[in-house]
Amino acid sequence: MSSVTLKNIVKRFGSFTAVHQTDLEIPEGAFVTLLGPSGCGKTTNLRMIAGLLDPTEGEILIGGKRVNDVPIHKRNLGIVFQNYALFPHKTVADNIAFGLKYRDVPKDQIAGKVQDALDLVQLPDVGSRYPKELSGGQQQRIALARAIVIEPDVLLLDEPLSALDANLREDMRVELKRIQDQIGVTTLFVTHDQSEALAMSDQIVVMSAGRVEQVGAPEEVYNNPASEFVANFLGASNVIDAECRAKNAEGAQLDTPLFGKVTLPAEKSVRLSGAGPAKLVLRAEKLQVMEEGAAPEGLITAPATIETVDYQGQTVRYFVRVGDAQLQALNMIDERPFEKGSAATVGFRPQDGSALAPA
Amino acid sequence: MSVEARERRQPWILLSPALTAITLLLFIPLVFIAVYSFWLRTATGADQVGFFLDNWQEALTDRFYRDILLYTLKIAAITTILCAVMGYPAAYFIARSKGNKAILLLLLMLPFWISYIIRTMSWINILGVSGALNTFLLWIGIIDEPLQMLYNQATVVLGLIHFLLPFMVLNVFVSLDGIDETLEDAANSLGATRWQAFLQVTLPLSLPGLAAGGLLCFVLGAGTYITPLVLGGPSDAMFANLVFEAIITQLNWPLGSALSLMLLVVLGLLVMVYNRYLGMAQLMKGLG
Ligand SMILES: Nc1ncnc2c1ncn2[C@@H]1O[C@H](COP(=O)(O)OP(=O)(O)OP(=O)(O)O)[C@@H](O)[C@H]1O
Ligand SMILES: [Mg+2]
Repeated sequence: MSSVTLKNIVKRFGSFTAVHQTDLEIPEGAFVTLLGPSGCGKTTNLRMIAGLLDPTEGEILIGGKRVNDVPIHKRNLGIVFQNYALFPHKTVADNIAFGLKYRDVPKDQIAGKVQDALDLVQLPDVGSRYPKELSGGQQQRIALARAIVIEPDVLLLDEPLSALDANLREDMRVELKRIQDQIGVTTLFVTHDQSEALAMSDQIVVMSAGRVEQVGAPEEVYNNPASEFVANFLGASNVIDAECRAKNAEGAQLDTPLFGKVTLPAEKSVRLSGAGPAKLVLRAEKLQVMEEGAAPEGLITAPATIETVDYQGQTVRYFVRVGDAQLQALNMIDERPFEKGSAATVGFRPQDGSALAPA
Repeated sequence: MSVEARERRQPWILLSPALTAITLLLFIPLVFIAVYSFWLRTATGADQVGFFLDNWQEALTDRFYRDILLYTLKIAAITTILCAVMGYPAAYFIARSKGNKAILLLLLMLPFWISYIIRTMSWINILGVSGALNTFLLWIGIIDEPLQMLYNQATVVLGLIHFLLPFMVLNVFVSLDGIDETLEDAANSLGATRWQAFLQVTLPLSLPGLAAGGLLCFVLGAGTYITPLVLGGPSDAMFANLVFEAIITQLNWPLGSALSLMLLVVLGLLVMVYNRYLGMAQLMKGLG
């Protein structure tokens, strides 16, 4: 088990820069997720750590040691590829034993270790089968077993769940997390699925166009996004123009054209440096749509007109007009949603908002 | 007609033109040859119709024919091994080249646009007494007399390799091209060096292509008479040359028929062994 550090990493393909100046610290034993849209450089980062790509600039450290010049077969990493990359001509047991043959594992212990790995992924009886005789989810588990049986210093997972259907994906998510907890290996997980990232990670690294946008615990990234991009990539958010009047240890006073005065608590206004233009971020699920004229205590409200109703059973997504802006609200309902075109009131608790300095 | 009945009949309808052609052009002539092989050529030069085993007895007992058959199989085997050794790296290179795969494959096919006989004869212009190589060596003064490089076993093998190498490269390429490249990455990540990953993963997965290419090279090589005729000396005759000799020169069709069937059976057995263990599907993939 080891930490992984990226120092000033840059990766260019010809004149195209896939990864810009990236610094990243993956602490020992942590489960860290690279999250971002397609093409933002997640796989490129992972392949550089794996040793499948050379960084153009910068240093990669594993367990504190520079590994830029260490070839992949000496890095002792467990990698699970998106397409599993199981060897089709070898049985499941031989697939899992593959990495053990290149380590100083006595021959008579190999079978035992293979069986332990099969038990860990809860497929104890498939050792004699060939990969094509397994379902997608089972192949996934074998790929994981093959990667962890060598007791790697770091486990690298590139969208390992994306080829599975939705139900299986959720099961495997829980399963993967259980196994990682059990063996405690430092893990770097790559995904573009925000719910996977939120559910599994100790830390999320949100990336966009080759840059790191924010690093933080799931709640931090979710509740206090560092940029408009992050706010919108993890679910839907409303980003409202505001003006910061004052900021002190208690919090910040914002003036918004749509909702009037809003006072944010200190931890939600860390991104403001003082008075000046600002943005107020309101997650769609924190914006409540209510009867016209309602004014519950503690909520900041504004009159609104409902423009679109997207009914999803347990929840409903509204697009409402407030002043000159269209806002999104995602509410739980237990009866009927509001009618399209009707007048309503929207409101939120000030502590649910967060502030951004304008870019 | 029910859907099932239609589906059962459809392959036969689609196959019928090809089956007709094969029957008329291949099967019926083969039957003729088989019948011929039991006739007898008399001293007067006329063929005597009947059921005689004389030709077969001669073909199967005369050591001369046996030796040439073994020599033919040896030349075919040498050619096949050399084609595999030279063709595999080339196929690997083409399969792993990113942008210009199509151009490289086109270059590989290019020789097929020129007749095989003309390609074989071109070696005379290169290696002959007044060929390009001798002219060059004389000109730079390394030799005073032209070298006799043609008309030996080595030039026959050279000509066969020239003819057969593309078949090997194509077959191995098809096999390698179908192998997922991340398999090698996975092997590397598990601790195998690039060479170990090749031996453990890529090579075994490409064996069907290598075997298919090998079979094609062997069968085509063992059946050729043009190459030894054009590039070989008097002692380099291969089995098909004996057939050519019997039929064209001596006009002894019955004996020629028996000899050609003999070669057909030997090569047919080889194809059957291959088919038993590896299947024809791979061969078809390589040809298509
Ligand atoms: N070998 C390469 N040559 C040129 N450009 C490349 C190469 N590999 C990746 N890129 C480019 O680098 C960028 C980042 O690619 P990368 O594969 O890291 O994206 P990703 O975040 O993993 O995306 P996805 O979620 O689709 O897998 C992309 O714009 C891609 O086109
Ligand atoms: Mg990727």
